[in-house]
Amino acid sequence: MRSLGTGDYLFLLLAMRWTIVLSVGAFVFGGLIGAAVALARISSVRALRWLAIGYIRLLQGTPLLLQLFLVFFGGDLLGFGLGPYLSAILGLSLNAGAFLGEIWRGALQAVPVGQTEAARALGLGYRARMVRVVGPQALRIAIPPTVGFLVNLVKSTSLAAIIGFVELTRAGQMLNNATFRPFTIFGIVAVLYFLLCWPLTIVSRRLERRMSVAHKR
Amino acid sequence: MFTLWLSAVSMAISLVVAVFGAMARTSGPRWLRSVVAAYVEVIRNTPFLVQLFLIYFGLPQLGMRLDANEGALLAMVLNGTAYTIEIVRAGIEAIGPGQLDAGKALGLHRFGVFRLIVLPQALRIVAPPLGSQFILLMLNSSIVSVIAADDLTAAAQDVAGRTFRSFEAFISVTLVYLVLSLLFTAVFAGLERLAFGRRVASR
Repeated sequence: MRSLGTGDYLFLLLAMRWTIVLSVGAFVFGGLIGAAVALARISSVRALRWLAIGYIRLLQGTPLLLQLFLVFFGGDLLGFGLGPYLSAILGLSLNAGAFLGEIWRGALQAVPVGQTEAARALGLGYRARMVRVVGPQALRIAIPPTVGFLVNLVKSTSLAAIIGFVELTRAGQMLNNATFRPFTIFGIVAVLYFLLCWPLTIVSRRLERRMSVAHKR
Repeated sequence: MFTLWLSAVSMAISLVVAVFGAMARTSGPRWLRSVVAAYVEVIRNTPFLVQLFLIYFGLPQLGMRLDANEGALLAMVLNGTAYTIEIVRAGIEAIGPGQLDAGKALGLHRFGVFRLIVLPQALRIVAPPLGSQFILLMLNSSIVSVIAADDLTAAAQDVAGRTFRSFEAFISVTLVYLVLSLLFTAVFAGLERLAFGRRVASR
């Protein structure tokens, strides 16, 4: 057992980098999956719709921790061990894909049908309709809930600690094993997460308020 | 099935505390309002895993000893309460001011207005989000396996440790969670229809 020094605080601060990297990575890859899921979910092809619904049900109906375990141990079983780093990014992306897919589907469907019909009447194909007409309008609606989801994503990166990814929570655990000051250390860890998440919460709330005012007009 | 017990008990306690919390948050004195708001913000902007560590490993440092299951329950309740307060508060704020004025006009005391007019209507509004909150709580409860509480995920880890068949153990348990969450979704939808269906339809 030893006491806490400046180096230890720095260690936690540096570990926060990995929480941010993991969050950004999962958001980027999860966003790609989410876009595909959202489009499939409102597609006119029935099989695609069912596939997307199945994906969402599966990923939203099971604990993220177990999804991480399955990716982590499943890779081993198939002969390509992903290791904690890739497993965490892959697991979190798959999970984020389901949630972002649901959020974005809602945003796409909130754009009035008349917009699609008008675009079709102008002779625009699927791609042009989505990219130039429906997409930009859906984007405005999607931003506040997406920022809100980011808070959840940052918090869920803490689970990567359990499969051995050294991010903020895992760094806290390691430091605790060396110094045995759990209350202080996890208190600091909690404060650091709070500093990451709270601004996002505030931005999301402000955007939501602005949207609802815009709607009333 | 400690998982189900843990989820149900923490949901029940959370709900009761949250009704009072939401009442304090909406109509309590100013200092109480900010205390509740701060509590909700802190819990909602930090990960459950860190809260669990703070309670299970941190409290003994302050001289409060808990076993794994007690720690798990305490963390689940503290976490669940914050989310449930927000849900109930949204329900309370959805009740129009006309309802409150009407209650006052009938000569009801402030608490009477809350209990007889606001609460029954608010509970009807918040029933669906509370149902999804329960499922989230149940899925979240898998995290307490980390401090070796006796939940479903910990059982899978135990099997995995003894047989070295981690993937098989975890996939079986994942399926159990999936069935549970689909089952509860269906049950809550049915209950809502039973309890509130007709009245909502007649509006």
